[in-house]
Amino acid sequence: MLTFIPDINKLQECFPAVGNSRGEMYAFANPCEPVTMSDKPRVPAIEGWYTLDPDSPELIGSRCRKCGTCFFPRQDSYCRNPACDSSDFDETPLSRTGTLWSYTNACYQPPAPFVAAEPFEPYAIAAVELDAERMVILGQVVEGVALEALRIGMPMELVLAPLHEDEDEVKVIWKWQPMEGSA
Amino acid sequence: MNQDIAIIGVGMTPWGKWGKNFAEYGVAAARDALADAAVAWQDIRFVSGGITVRCGYPGYVAGATIAQALGWQGAEVNSSYAACASGSQALAAARTKILAGQCDVALVVGADTTPKGFLAPAKGYRPEDPDWVRFYMGITNPTYFALYARRRMDLYGDTPDDFAAVKVKNAAIGSRNPRARYKKAFTAEDVAASAMVADPLRLMDICATSDGGAALIVSSLEYARKIGKGDAPRVAAISTVTPSFASGVVEMPDIATDSAAAAGIEAIRYRGQIPLKAYEEAGLGPEDIDLAEVYDLSTALELDWIEDLRLCGPGEAAALLRNGDTAVGGKIPVNASGGLACFGEAVPAQALAQVCELTWQLRGEAGDRQVKGAKVGITANQGLFGHGSSVIVKK
Repeated sequence: MLTFIPDINKLQECFPAVGNSRGEMYAFANPCEPVTMSDKPRVPAIEGWYTLDPDSPELIGSRCRKCGTCFFPRQDSYCRNPACDSSDFDETPLSRTGTLWSYTNACYQPPAPFVAAEPFEPYAIAAVELDAERMVILGQVVEGVALEALRIGMPMELVLAPLHEDEDEVKVIWKWQPMEGSA
Repeated sequence: MNQDIAIIGVGMTPWGKWGKNFAEYGVAAARDALADAAVAWQDIRFVSGGITVRCGYPGYVAGATIAQALGWQGAEVNSSYAACASGSQALAAARTKILAGQCDVALVVGADTTPKGFLAPAKGYRPEDPDWVRFYMGITNPTYFALYARRRMDLYGDTPDDFAAVKVKNAAIGSRNPRARYKKAFTAEDVAASAMVADPLRLMDICATSDGGAALIVSSLEYARKIGKGDAPRVAAISTVTPSFASGVVEMPDIATDSAAAAGIEAIRYRGQIPLKAYEEAGLGPEDIDLAEVYDLSTALELDWIEDLRLCGPGEAAALLRNGDTAVGGKIPVNASGGLACFGEAVPAQALAQVCELTWQLRGEAGDRQVKGAKVGITANQGLFGHGSSVIVKK
């Protein structure tokens, strides 16, 4: 499986103090986070599934070289289109925007491997249909968006935000937020 | 060629939460079914078990575990796993064996002991497993149920009151079912007062996990006639078909759907696909159905299933409900057993429990929850990763 290597030059240009000697960890700011953010380094909660671009992060999918079908999570060994037997894929960034297919929230703390803050804070969850790929992708909604502000069909965009943190690092993941002016 | 098999005995334990060894529930249900069929255990030539994945190795070989518990007597064994559709697949294996002429009479059995609270994934850092990823992201089973429920509200104008009415209907009839775990006739106020779990669904909109067992004794039609049960209800169809690529509905436990962007692909959801094959196989249509047992993992899902089974058009299920048509005494009773709302789910037993209820109903033995004159019933339930099953039982 190909591993996504973030563009360290770009990250270091924005955040000169980041990155370890092995090039594995990067700190980066998130535009939607409040100023009280932790100063711990920010690392992906799931390695290689999204770019760490602070302004316009993208999910990293794969595209079948034969039939053009996109997959997320990326698929690199077999195409799931029943009419296609390809095993060749290209890495491809997915649309950062889409429309809200449905939404809900989590009022109870999920079991492990979910890592809950103390005390547990409910969060909203969105299912968003990506514009170009016509695929629905689930994710949490960024903090501070009330369910009442959501409606099916509204435009949403992808951002990075903390999923949880441990003593050393903040683990970030993709989350959905209403596009500016649509909330 | 007639592809029917006879259901000559059914058995079920009460559903509850006792934490016993799952094999105990399996044995109890099997003995109940054997007694109902008046068939000796030693006469059973094939044991087909629904697997439980929460009870260690004995659960992975459930057919053998329960056969051993009943006493080895030389029968062949099989174990099937398809999450909540496991029982249907175990039944399908027994049907195949019978129709192939390799055995006359078989035991199909499923039993489970389930943990409290959310069903959790296997441990470790395992991003290659979508089930692990979605729990890590904080997406539980009720998340999916709520996303579908919200779609109903947006597309069809259903309301949380409609969802509560499903619970009230199922609780009213389930309160008369001696095997039900929850026997209280809950009211709309009770539902509204229960805690929000995944908006718009409250605790009482979502089914619990339960312990329980269910079993069937199935046979060739010739064997049934030979033992004087020629008029026993029959399995007329078993459908376990998968959906068509690309599936546009995000299914548990995936975090993304297929992409529908590439040329030449179509989207048919498994829930709509399953009953079509069942109807075709049985040579029957939705108009022939007298009652349905559907998988009400949530109240709103019952409404989805009614439409998927073509018992009404898309978006019309809430109107049927409001009109009383889906209650016992209505035009098309749904979940006359009380459904998962009153039982909770005992995964490998559930699809068989649905067939037990249809069998009692078709025999006219369902007591004060009897659907009058029932001749044909259909089940529907859900597996994981976008598949499930449907069984048609007829007189």
